[in-house]
Amino acid sequence: MTIFLFSIILLIGAYFAGLLGSLTGLGGGVIVIPLLTLVFGVDIRYAIGAALLASIATSSGSATAYVKEGITNIRLGMFLEIATTIGAVGGALIAVYTPTNTIAILFGVILLFSAAMTLRKKNEAALTEGSKLSYLLKLNSSYPTKEGIVQYKLKNIGGGFSIMAFAGVISGLLGIGSGALKVLAMDTVMRIPFKVSTTTSNFMIGVTAAASAVVYLQRGYMDPGIAFPVILGVLGGAITGSKLLTRMNTRVLKIIFCTAIVFIATEMIYNGIQHHF
Amino acid sequence: MKNIDSKTAWNDGDVQSIVGRLLRYGVVTASVVAFLGGIAYLIHHGKNAIPDYGHFVGQEEAFITIKGIFHGALNLEPTEIIQLGILILVATPILRVLSSLVAFTLEKDRLYICITLIVLCIIMVSIFGGIKG
Repeated sequence: MTIFLFSIILLIGAYFAGLLGSLTGLGGGVIVIPLLTLVFGVDIRYAIGAALLASIATSSGSATAYVKEGITNIRLGMFLEIATTIGAVGGALIAVYTPTNTIAILFGVILLFSAAMTLRKKNEAALTEGSKLSYLLKLNSSYPTKEGIVQYKLKNIGGGFSIMAFAGVISGLLGIGSGALKVLAMDTVMRIPFKVSTTTSNFMIGVTAAASAVVYLQRGYMDPGIAFPVILGVLGGAITGSKLLTRMNTRVLKIIFCTAIVFIATEMIYNGIQHHF
Repeated sequence: MKNIDSKTAWNDGDVQSIVGRLLRYGVVTASVVAFLGGIAYLIHHGKNAIPDYGHFVGQEEAFITIKGIFHGALNLEPTEIIQLGILILVATPILRVLSSLVAFTLEKDRLYICITLIVLCIIMVSIFGGIKG
């Protein structure tokens, strides 16, 4: 195959990866890894490098809108980034000692978990009483809804912080945004309304990914020939996805895509066990 | 938040609008640079067979150091122009943290100045700490 053909096919593939990631809420990087490894036979380390870049691009690109609307809780994001960046650097460190097949299996497991998370029942209730730490750290805030400004408060800051550190490790190890884990920490543990938790998670993904990306860049995981079609394709797909999201009911789409993701995840786990990476 | 009655003070709205804009400009710039590099790369190497991506070799010096990337990009090497785009993309969220630091300083929010500095330190260790293994 020539470089030209490879780039064009990868660009189209990355576009659909971005679209799928945006519509399911899984993020831009998640689909890039199976696309590169299973379809193109690329070494998983190059795939991780490309996926990290895709995560940064889609996170930074889409975070813009939510930050402007005032939904994103910037203080909460910054506070939790302490946990995710430490985790991400740690994850990038242990990645060197982790066999690629183990990484592939772990990726499949996280993918299954993420698919399940997108179909879960979301937390819409806002707490009226927060924990002591939530006042101390000024984490309680408000966000605009159709019915006006809603005040919300947080609890279980310690528990949320710990899950965030784990999300960071996974992000650093696998090169994904691990948005599902971040939402789990904020939505389920700290009881934040899901609109705030998903946008704040998305806002944090860029910084978390950048913390490990600088390590991977120096290790040579980021190949220019793979990176440019992936970045441009995923970004284009994510933009289309965000436009479609406002126009259609995504419930049915989500179920279809999640089924597809279960297949992809199983394929990754199977190939990992068979030592194909 | 607490300076809501003073007109000259910075509030969360200003911070959010600056942070939001910075993220967008960073991504747009990175994409344009990567796109131009990609076009040049395809013109120069498009007809060649693809490298063996199935085997991980890491990168040559030029791709992985800031100095190497800038040197190559200035000489209009396609691959280094793409890497420059990657560098801008990775730098965007880091710049966002820096801009938050400025914003919290203007808001005189000591607690969050500290928190932001901790995040910055972790990222700096990641860049310069020699932990690439």
